[in-house]
Amino acid sequence: MTALLEVRDLRVRYGHVEAVRGLSFSVGAGEMVALIGPNGAGKSSTLNAIAGLVRPASGSVKLQGRELVGAPAHATMAAGIVLVPEGRAILGRMSVEENLVMGAEARPWPAGREEAQAAVEQQFARFPSLQRRRHALAGALSGGEQQMLAIARGLLARPVILLLDEPSMGLAPQLVQQIFQMIADIHRAGTTILLVEQNARMALKTAQNAFVLERGEIALHGPAPQLAADPRVQAAYLGGDVEAR
Amino acid sequence: MGQQALNGVFVGSIYALFAVGYTLVFGVLDILNLAHQAVFMLAAFAALLLVADAHLPLWAAMPLAVLFAGLLGILLERLAFRPLRGRADSNISGLISSLAMGTVFEAIALQIFGPDTSRFPHGTFPDRLIRIGGASASLLQLCIIAISVVLMALLTLLLARTRLGRQIRAVAESPRAARILGVNVDRVIAAAFFISSSLGGAAGVLFALAFNSISPDVGRSVELKGLAVIILGGMGSIPGAVIAGFALGLIEVFTVAGFGSSYRDAVSFAVLFVVLLARPRGLLGQAAAREA
Repeated sequence: MTALLEVRDLRVRYGHVEAVRGLSFSVGAGEMVALIGPNGAGKSSTLNAIAGLVRPASGSVKLQGRELVGAPAHATMAAGIVLVPEGRAILGRMSVEENLVMGAEARPWPAGREEAQAAVEQQFARFPSLQRRRHALAGALSGGEQQMLAIARGLLARPVILLLDEPSMGLAPQLVQQIFQMIADIHRAGTTILLVEQNARMALKTAQNAFVLERGEIALHGPAPQLAADPRVQAAYLGGDVEAR
Repeated sequence: MGQQALNGVFVGSIYALFAVGYTLVFGVLDILNLAHQAVFMLAAFAALLLVADAHLPLWAAMPLAVLFAGLLGILLERLAFRPLRGRADSNISGLISSLAMGTVFEAIALQIFGPDTSRFPHGTFPDRLIRIGGASASLLQLCIIAISVVLMALLTLLLARTRLGRQIRAVAESPRAARILGVNVDRVIAAAFFISSSLGGAAGVLFALAFNSISPDVGRSVELKGLAVIILGGMGSIPGAVIAGFALGLIEVFTVAGFGSSYRDAVSFAVLFVVLLARPRGLLGQAAAREA
């Protein structure tokens, strides 16, 4: 599999604290890769650096062979790196529809405005609960609906790679299942995904490959099912028994 | 009564136009641009130069002066605001640096035009009186009301319906969310300054025409009124600024008619005080806090 996204020796510093310490990994076209690990392991910092929200201290981030390290967020977005961030970053004072339109306007559409509008309608057809609240302020949606909106908005930006940061955070268990089902569907439809999750069990179930981050470095990596069976992963992230739940 | 109302709407339309630009930048950056009044003044002088020295007709001079004001806004953003962005104290430092830029603009105007009042040449605008019911208004007054209303309507449409408008509102709500959506935040802020200063400049030209007097300190008189209007309307709220602008104009005119001109500002600011006691966020202020 050729690497779509290639991260080499990435370092992110906040003052004297080094959050990401020389991280290297790659994501192949059409692949879904999970980054798991404890709080403060540097997972979100890695995504933010790839998306251009944080300027890395050093390293390389290449998308389809093109160097993007240090580029601002609007440039990484233009290249096709689309982030659905932790906390969702919904524009609460805008309507649901306007949030989606902003997603569709993030990158140009080959056939122009009509195609973008048709894509917005497609997302409404896919998420009937958003369709019902299309003119409501996005801030009035429930947490699960906001997460759906954030993902739908990200898809409308036509990602070359979709970065999902903690999509299950703060959601009820039933909704977590639903969101992960949705992520699996999006992947199956051909979108390359880099997923950061605290919920290691669901992440390892959904992704093909995974990296375990600890203190800004890769502690373990491999195919997701293999990692899920690894006793070290089970002890640290899966509560000791992966099959029992 | 009708005459006073008409005069109030006339004065209020200029206040509102000045204030919508003022509040637009506040909404986007959370910073008061204290040089807004200096842009107002320089645009008036620019129009005067174009009419009196370059002998352009007013209909050509006004758009050029407004464009000049917009470019001044971009300059202002580059020099007084962008270098300070991201600092923890950017609110207060931006306030001070814009105050400094405003003072520099005034000093330049003082050097070029001197401290005396300048006036448009006679006949710049046709002197015609129009009767509406029991009231009468000059053609100039009616044109000023019409231009102000049209410009404010265009701004409202731009913010509600266009891509740039959505981007401006996104940056106003959360610069981080806007960045995540691929918005070039620096460019959008520069665009907001261009629009804001264009509107401030248009208000300056209309004010100068209305009272046929321009001096380097002409913006000072409107500055405090503009601030009152945006606080009264709710900081960052465009419709709030429009409503409050017209309200202040009407209050002023009726106060002068009822109690004499010495009470004008006292009553206006007393109303501001009372409204803020009842509604601390102003008439249409946003309850939601802005995200970092």
